[in-house]
Amino acid sequence: MSGRYFALGVVIVALATLPYWMTGVYYVNVASQILFYAIFALGLNVLVGYAGLVSLGHAGLFGVTAYATGYMLQLGYGHPVAILVALVVSVIAMAMYAALSLRSTGIGFIMITLALGEILWGLAYRWISLTGGDNGLSVQTRPAPFGYSLSDANAFYYATLIVFLLSLVAISVFVRSPLGAALKGTRDQPRRMNALGYHVWGIRFIACLFSGLLTAVSAILFVYYTQFISPQTLALTSSAEVLLMVISGGAGTLLGPIFGAGLVVVVKTVVSGFIERWNFLLGAIFVAIVILMPEGLVPGSVRLWRLAWRKRESAATVVSGGAEAKS
Amino acid sequence: MSALTIKKLCKSFGGLHVTTNVDLNVEPGERRLIIGPNGAGKTTLFNLITGELTPDSGAIELFGQDITHVPSRRRAHLGMARTYQIITLFARDTIIHNVTLALLGLSPSRWNPVIDLRRQGHFVEDAQKALERVGLGHIANRPLAQTSYGERRRVEIAMALTQNPKVLLLDEPFAGLSIDERRDVHQLLLAIPRDVTIVMIEHNMDVALEFAEHITLLHFGEVIVEGNRAEVVADPRTREVYLGH
Repeated sequence: MSGRYFALGVVIVALATLPYWMTGVYYVNVASQILFYAIFALGLNVLVGYAGLVSLGHAGLFGVTAYATGYMLQLGYGHPVAILVALVVSVIAMAMYAALSLRSTGIGFIMITLALGEILWGLAYRWISLTGGDNGLSVQTRPAPFGYSLSDANAFYYATLIVFLLSLVAISVFVRSPLGAALKGTRDQPRRMNALGYHVWGIRFIACLFSGLLTAVSAILFVYYTQFISPQTLALTSSAEVLLMVISGGAGTLLGPIFGAGLVVVVKTVVSGFIERWNFLLGAIFVAIVILMPEGLVPGSVRLWRLAWRKRESAATVVSGGAEAKS
Repeated sequence: MSALTIKKLCKSFGGLHVTTNVDLNVEPGERRLIIGPNGAGKTTLFNLITGELTPDSGAIELFGQDITHVPSRRRAHLGMARTYQIITLFARDTIIHNVTLALLGLSPSRWNPVIDLRRQGHFVEDAQKALERVGLGHIANRPLAQTSYGERRRVEIAMALTQNPKVLLLDEPFAGLSIDERRDVHQLLLAIPRDVTIVMIEHNMDVALEFAEHITLLHFGEVIVEGNRAEVVADPRTREVYLGH
């Protein structure tokens, strides 16, 4: 347990000092991207990992927040108002999304979320007066909370890191809570949970709202990072990418989606500079993960580590046992 | 006032009448056994009573209160608990977590998203107590995946008992158990206090007959014979459709 806290401390120190040891603005920006995509993946993981509901339309919700922020700024409102309105709009959108998709589970849920995501993508593309259509919306400035401007890459990184850590704390508290336990129960035995007195639909609905809130938070960071939003962000490939982060890292774990986000963002941004067919590489990595550790990178690595450890230990006992037998 | 009253209950799936005009009256503290050949509609009747299925017509009353249209989850809060014929547990978790989920289901804190469940001492204590009651106290923290079938049957019963039900519905609690395990579960059921009304579906006649005071025989969704143990066993229709000659 103390080893765990030590590792956590090392990681936090490493993240907090990243701009000092990571040379180049480019890599600091990559780190920011990993962090806000990690929040997105953590949000999706609430549904995929803990509720057992696979959503293929989360990029649509992500886009709703990003467009809401961009549109409010274009109307001339300040950053706090834009962010607040975007959050409220996103939660309302998520409530509608949940009310429609929770009519079903399993494949039905996937198909409804896919359809809703496509509808939002279509709206972003066609509702030109609101979204600018194919031209997208530009965001002119980044906010300056407490007079601390985020226009510089390092400053933006720190802001993202703080929001990321807060999100991580929020989700780890939720997972350990009674409601979190109830959510996992509805994933494994919904019928039993109902017979035990739980409101299965209500629990899933709240999980959707929580997932939507984290998605919205990451989308606000995204729109301020790129300072641009276009329909491409809402496309099915974006939804699939986040789902890939969750599944490759390990659905239903706290760290899995973060590692998954790291993997996908690094391949997409850094490795794509060296290999033109980065999509092919990402696919190959994903296939390798599915074959070697179908439960995901994080739980899979833990399993292999324990297996290796046990082998070493049993080898040690065999050796010592043999020595005893000799004497 | 009866603990459980069923009036003219009907349910069909398409053209198949699985429950036909079933009347049932179970007194408080009674031990009622429901028997019948496979496909007689016993489990369907349980699913109607617990609200997992909605009846086509008829009424269900729990201590005089009409619960026909009360959702299934609310019936748990009104004092109804059940076990499943096909074991329905949380396989990824420990035994004690399974029981804790049963306790939490009736507690308002099931909606709480911020407290740490493992630090809620009263849940841990009550769950441990329930497990000791069924003789599983010593392996409370074992993952459910590493337990035997007989142990899982007892976890099912512990989960139902820990909810302090007024009416307990047991769907084949002896199914698949060895003779020793059957005896253990039998002792366990005999120890349940009389303020709990028990309705049980069972095929193991040796243990079940000993346990039940009143027996209802279902056949093709209808009540064929009902009465006390001796009457039902002696009835020729029981021999014909169920016990054999």
